[in-house]
Amino acid sequence: MMLARGDYHSFSADGAPHVYLVPSAAVFRLDATSAAVLEVLQEGDVDATVMTERLADRFPRLLVEETVDELLAAQAIRKVAAPVIAPRAEGPRKRIPLTTLVMNVTSKCNLSCKYCYEYGEDRISEPATKPRFMSEETARQSVDFMMSESGSSPSVHLTFFGGETLLNFKVLQYALSYARQRGAELGKSVDASLTTNATLLRDDIIDWMVDENVGVTVSMDGDREQQDKLRVFANGKGSYDVIIPRVKELLRRHTRRPIGARVTLTRDNLEVTDIYRHLKEELGFWEVGFAPVTTKWQRDYAIADDGFEYMLGGFNALAADYLQTSLAGRHHGFSNVRDTLEEIHRGVAKAYPCGAGLGLLGVATDGDVALCHRFAGSDTHKLGSVTKGIDHELQNDYLRKHHIDNKTDCHTCWARSLCAGGCYHEAHTRYGSTEQPNLHYCDWIRRWSATCLEVYATLAARRPEFLRQFDS
Amino acid sequence: MRHLKAINRKARHIAELHDAPDVVALQNIGPRLPEGPHIPLGCSFVFSPGWEVDSTGSTAGLCQPVERDLYDCYITCFWPIHVPDLYNHAPDWTAKCAAAQQDWRKIDLIFP
Repeated sequence: MMLARGDYHSFSADGAPHVYLVPSAAVFRLDATSAAVLEVLQEGDVDATVMTERLADRFPRLLVEETVDELLAAQAIRKVAAPVIAPRAEGPRKRIPLTTLVMNVTSKCNLSCKYCYEYGEDRISEPATKPRFMSEETARQSVDFMMSESGSSPSVHLTFFGGETLLNFKVLQYALSYARQRGAELGKSVDASLTTNATLLRDDIIDWMVDENVGVTVSMDGDREQQDKLRVFANGKGSYDVIIPRVKELLRRHTRRPIGARVTLTRDNLEVTDIYRHLKEELGFWEVGFAPVTTKWQRDYAIADDGFEYMLGGFNALAADYLQTSLAGRHHGFSNVRDTLEEIHRGVAKAYPCGAGLGLLGVATDGDVALCHRFAGSDTHKLGSVTKGIDHELQNDYLRKHHIDNKTDCHTCWARSLCAGGCYHEAHTRYGSTEQPNLHYCDWIRRWSATCLEVYATLAARRPEFLRQFDS
Repeated sequence: MRHLKAINRKARHIAELHDAPDVVALQNIGPRLPEGPHIPLGCSFVFSPGWEVDSTGSTAGLCQPVERDLYDCYITCFWPIHVPDLYNHAPDWTAKCAAAQQDWRKIDLIFP
């Protein structure tokens, strides 16, 4: 029986060898025998009897045979003669209910951030042909659409997005109160959240957020210097001084839910640790999430190759900090690590990079439904409308085309179960097609996934109770 | 599993499946037989009786085309593959058959 190496990523954590298996997304800690078997197979395919002979001076034959059995069961190794299962790109066997609806209540914004995908040079929607604000009627229809498409799901999530959401606060308020009323009638709980640039936060709005238990994410790039580089008003003036008193007031009063900051990283804004310290420790955000700007590579704010390297250095340093803080039993707010840990813990093996077009859809101001909020308003990515419902034929076609099995470039990558090719919008902006995997950050993703796996396995060994938060 | 420690949820599922006593696990009890070489299926590869001689060495019990039609011989082995040993025993078996569509009647039976 000829044995070959399976598909996995090996790494070391807590002084022990581990493997992350692909495509199952299982994480195993190896003992000395299993590590030795995998090491032999690193050099090439080996017959099982040769394997026991080669390890005979270190491990008894029976022990090696038992280990080979277990490694075969886990698919860390495979029999050469066994047929290789061809990828099939099967869509979901049953329809996935809609659980999250992102409502773009307006496409208008009072800031003119240069990198904005809604407004900036790389925008895809066509604001000129669409209303700038969602009407109450469309909001009501959107809620009805969500309730009917959510099937038997006991809870639904409504996310407000823009533009600047608070420019259309009235409709936003109306949509949530109507959703809560419909939810009560249908026996569904309605959770709500919104993203804002914080420029328009007023006391009465904060009161409403607290009363309605609305989750809030503030788009913000760091301290004054970092924020004012690109997050500017139309006249070029920075927004930091305008938002700080409002953010502080929000964080002081809205204590029912953890408030997060969402940072866009650009070529000139890559000091991840400094940004984190300012937002978490000085301002008091519960968590901070970072995302590299989505843009064509030609833009002067696009992160270049060495920038990705630098950013990864910052991410790794902050991840190390996350690990130490968590081991000490305290909360750390680096949400990028937290999100990945949760996926690793559950053993998520993704066929699609995100829920867009599956359990999540975006609604444009006119009621057109698209893959997600980033595509809302784009006619080429439309999947239906709130009045006519989802075009399931279009949706199935989309799911078939975007399945990981159809992304040939990803087939040899060990991180595919975590990444699945990456953001559709990023791919659309870079390559002009949502079907393309985001090859410009593969290496970055693999190294970041490796870091998160090390953090995860170290926590599993030294503070397993930390991981229980992901069990629910 | 004794040599792999399941760390995440998916790994625990795999370990549980492996440790559960099922039919495959029962088959694993007892001395393990070494796996033989991989042999493609079909009698023309393994020279089993059936085409030139039957199991007694005579021609009385040869497989009949109808048997292959109805039952298949071994998975996908169909009657036309049952040809004599063209290398050793009947090298000129098809000598008179230039085009099978026209000349198939000229292919005669082979006797040992």
